[in-house]
Formats: sequence, structure tokens, C-alpha cells
Amino acid sequence: MAEHALRRRRRLWIYLAMAGLAVFFLFPLVFMFVSSLKPDGQILSDVGGWRAFLPVGDISLRNYSGVFDRVPVGRFLLNSVFVTAVVVGAGLVVNSMAGFALSRLRWTGRGVVLSIIIATLIVPFETIAVPMVYWVSQLPTLVFQNGIVQYDFGWLDSYEVQIVPFIANGFSVFLFAQYFSTIPTAIDEAARIDGAGWFTIYRKIAVPLSGPAFATVAILTFLPAWNQYLWPSMVVQDENLRPVMVGMQYFFQDNTAWGEIMAYTSMITLPVLVVFLAFQRAFVSSVAASGVKG
Amino acid sequence: MTAISSPESRAASAVSKSVPRRRIRADLRSERRAGWTMAAPAVLLLLAFLIIPVILGFVLSFTNARLISPEPTSFTGLDNFVRAFTADPTFFRSLLNTFAFAAVVVPVQAGFGLVLAILVNQRMRGAVAFRVIFFIPVVTSIVVVSILWKFMYQPDGLINSFLDAITFGAWHGTAWLNNPSTALTAIIVLSIWQAVGFHMLIWLSGLQTIPGELYEAARIDGAGPWRQFRDVTWPCLRPTRVFVLITITIAALGLFVQIDVMTQGGPVDSTSTLVYHAVRMGYRQQQIGYGSALSLVFFVLVLIVALVQRFLTREKD
Repeated sequence: MAEHALRRRRRLWIYLAMAGLAVFFLFPLVFMFVSSLKPDGQILSDVGGWRAFLPVGDISLRNYSGVFDRVPVGRFLLNSVFVTAVVVGAGLVVNSMAGFALSRLRWTGRGVVLSIIIATLIVPFETIAVPMVYWVSQLPTLVFQNGIVQYDFGWLDSYEVQIVPFIANGFSVFLFAQYFSTIPTAIDEAARIDGAGWFTIYRKIAVPLSGPAFATVAILTFLPAWNQYLWPSMVVQDENLRPVMVGMQYFFQDNTAWGEIMAYTSMITLPVLVVFLAFQRAFVSSVAASGVKG
Repeated sequence: MTAISSPESRAASAVSKSVPRRRIRADLRSERRAGWTMAAPAVLLLLAFLIIPVILGFVLSFTNARLISPEPTSFTGLDNFVRAFTADPTFFRSLLNTFAFAAVVVPVQAGFGLVLAILVNQRMRGAVAFRVIFFIPVVTSIVVVSILWKFMYQPDGLINSFLDAITFGAWHGTAWLNNPSTALTAIIVLSIWQAVGFHMLIWLSGLQTIPGELYEAARIDGAGPWRQFRDVTWPCLRPTRVFVLITITIAALGLFVQIDVMTQGGPVDSTSTLVYHAVRMGYRQQQIGYGSALSLVFFVLVLIVALVQRFLTREKD
């Protein structure tokens, strides 16, 4: 009986601790969403009390329309959606094919390629960002001008510079290879006897059986692609090509209108939050899968 | 690898004894060709956008390359490194700041993450909801997080008025980010707030691999919660622990976005970091050679951490 009471009291303490922590993790975001609905003056006067976290007073979507007036936010969102979709989509194809080749096919050089891909995992992007700027500014490109195709150099200010370098990903290849290697090879053999080519085996057998691996890689590559900041801030100066995270700089150029900034940050955070809450379980297992490296 | 040992060719010959050798060899050749073709896109892309930039960065570190320059690039030996370590006080300050940041963030974030993982691992109603809540900052962009906290850290912002309220006016706000003695601490707090949920999940997947019988046995032996943690949980988490510490260390050494958005390295270099300084010199001031040299210093630090990880994980075998 005493032990039962003790356990109940312990449970109560744990709930209290978790509730306190929930407040700690949520209050900045609640503050952001609520402030995005208020005029600047009211944000500052509400900051001293509970009203900072409540949508009360002069509530409107004026900050949101202000954002649209001030910056081409529609264009930024479109750019980010496009870049993210291509990086994730092309990444799924390219990395899963490589994972398939590395885990199920025998070819000369496979061992070397596998160990090089594993070695790339320890290179953080920040270490190569500066030489990469130099490198992409020298790369050849084709320019269509006045109906003629011209040969030119430099990838700066383009979609490809935001997309192509991030399609291949050593960790995605590794996750795919690991997953494919759990599918029994007897299936391949049977398909080979039936005359199927290797590409057909990949497409018709390996891919349909590997839904969880595709979901994991999609989730793990989606967030960094959407959140790209360092790289586009260096290589994209053209306003028409900028992604959402870099577009934020416009708000700090002249007078800082915090209400509009909160509206902008809410706008680019909300889609990701909705996707996360909808696929919460898949996110959690993807992150857990990223721990297998250890 | 001989044709005999290939499962495909064995299977093929089992089907029909009259399959000629030529056919078997053709099969192997097609497998080899398929292997190369399917690996090629990823391999070429990694080569072009990871391996070549690494090599290029190494080479440029020993040159005076600039992004746009009238004079041709020339080899300058160790000049960039000599400059960094003897004639660039901002680099030295950045290095110290980076180490200070990592020295606080690594233990605090790892420990806090473990506490969160143990809390949400309790078998009680609502634990999943709390797990989701603790993870929400992780899916929020670090750019957004930095701007939001910059707003909250304003002299008349949310943090100061909160401190004012809970100390009944005894606290007179400070301009957190404009004060050299508080700026880095302020950035540490929001960095942990943003990232700790990620490591909570890594710890959690480690906790869930510990067999329940171990706890049962410990309880039968009369072990309380603390003894169970010390003698069962902690030793069983060894591989997870290495992974968590290494990933936090590498991420902490690469601190960039928070600095770029919130302080631009200031005030008086008190928040400048290694990567921030490398980008400032290499990109903003267009000294690609010098920026590459600073990036190489960062890379060497990461390599050292990775080697420590190898050493630690090898030990257990």
C-alpha cells in the first residue's frame, strides 16, 4: 500500500517535470505564432505578462499581408519547395540505386567505392563550403541566349548550384545498402532465371520492398534541404532564385519590423511542423535509424 | 571471384545443363556492368561535390587564391597557417570561442538529452506526446530559431521581462547579445534548446535496446532507481554514449548559423567561431586561400574527433 502511494507520488513528479519541460520547449514558438498576429507596439507592451502568449488585443493578419508587400515571399517559397523536392526526389533515386549496386551486385571496385562512401560521412559541409564556392564558380555550364546555346563558366546564381551538389549523400547510400542487404538474395536469383535484368530487379523487387528505407531517407534529407542557409547565402544573389531562409535577410536591412518578421518565420515554420506532426512516428524512427552509425 | 562460386551462374546451370560457359560469363559481365552503371551517378556526384572540393580545399590552403583577382594564384607554402596562428588575433579568439562553446554544449546537451530520454521512456500515459513536444524545436529551422531568440534577447524583450517578473523587479535587464560577457552564453542556451530533442531520441533508442530482465534482476537484488541507473542503464548505453558525444562535438565545432544571424561574431569577436571566421575571410572578403586554410583547421579537428570515436568503439571488442 505504501509502495503504491510512493509510486503514485513519483509519477506525479515526473508529470510535473515533463509539463515544465514542455513549457520550456514550446514557449518561444507560441510567442512567435502569437506575436505574428499583433501590431509591433502591442508585441512590446504585451511582453511583460501572460498576454505575450495569448492571441488577444488587436489581432489581425496584417503582418502577413505586410510580408507579401515587402518581399517576394511567394517566389522564395516556390524556390525552396522546388529545390527541396528535387534534392529529395533525385536523391532517393540516385542513392537507392547506388545502395542496391553496393549491397547486391558483385563488381570490381565495389569494396573500394563502399569504403570511400563511408569515409565521406565524416566530412561536414562547413569544411568544404569555401573551396566549393571557388569550385562551382569554375564549372562549365550551358547558357541559352537568343536561341543559341552558349558555353560558359560558373554555376553561381542558379537552381543547379542549390540542387546538384546535395543529391548524392553517403549516409543515404549507406542506409539503403543496409536495408537492401536484408532482402533475401534468392528473390534476385529467381528473377534472373526468369530473364529479368538487374535494373528491373531493382525497380520491381527491391524498391517496392523497401518503403521504410525510402521514408527514412526522405525525412532525413528533407529537413536539411528546406533549411539550407550557408550555401545559398554564398552562391545565390539573384532575388528570383533565393530560398526562404536566405530571403529573411531583407527584413534586417532597414527598420526592423518584428511583427512582420514573426509572420515570415511562422509562415516558413508551419508547413514543416504540420508535416512533422502528421508523420511523427516516421520522423522518430528515422532519427533512431540515424543513430546506427555509432 | 570465379564463375563457379557465383550463385547466379550455379542457379542458371541447375535449370539447364546445356547452358554454355559463354552464357555464364555474359551473366557475370552484365552483373558487373549493372553494378557500375547503378553506382555511377552517386559516385560521380560525390566525387564532384565532395571529394574534389576536399582536395581542392587542401590545395588552396597553400595558395593566395582569391575569388576575383587580377593577379594569378600562386603557391605560398605555409603562409596562411603562419598568418592564422601568429598574425590573426580574431582567428585565435574564434578558436577559443569554438572550444568554449563545445566544452559547455557537449556535456550539457548530452546529459539533458539523457534526462529527457529517461523521462519519456517511462511507461505512462502521455509520454509519446511529451516526446513529440520535446522534438519540435529540432524540426524548426535553426535560422528561424536564431531570429526568434534574438528577438527574445532584446533589452526590452521576453527573456528580460520574464526575469524581471520572477525576481520581483530585482533584475534589471541586460542586452544579452550586445554584451561580450553574456553573448556566447545566450547562444549556448538557444543552441541546446534547439538540438537536445534530437539526442533525446538517440538516447531513447539506446535505452530501448536494454533487456527488461536486467532491470528485473537488479530489482530482485534490491537495487533502487539510482543503483539500477548506475549498474544497468549506464554501462548498457556505452555505444550510444560514444555516438551522442561525437555527433554533438562535431556539430558544436561547426557552429555557424546562430552567429551569422544573431551577432556576426560580435561584440568585439566574443562570439566569432572557427567556421564563421573561415566564411568571413574566405567568402565575404574573398580570400579563398586563407578561408580554405581555416576550413582545413576545422577539418583536422573533426578528424581528431572521428579518430577518438574509432578508438573508443574499437576498445569494446
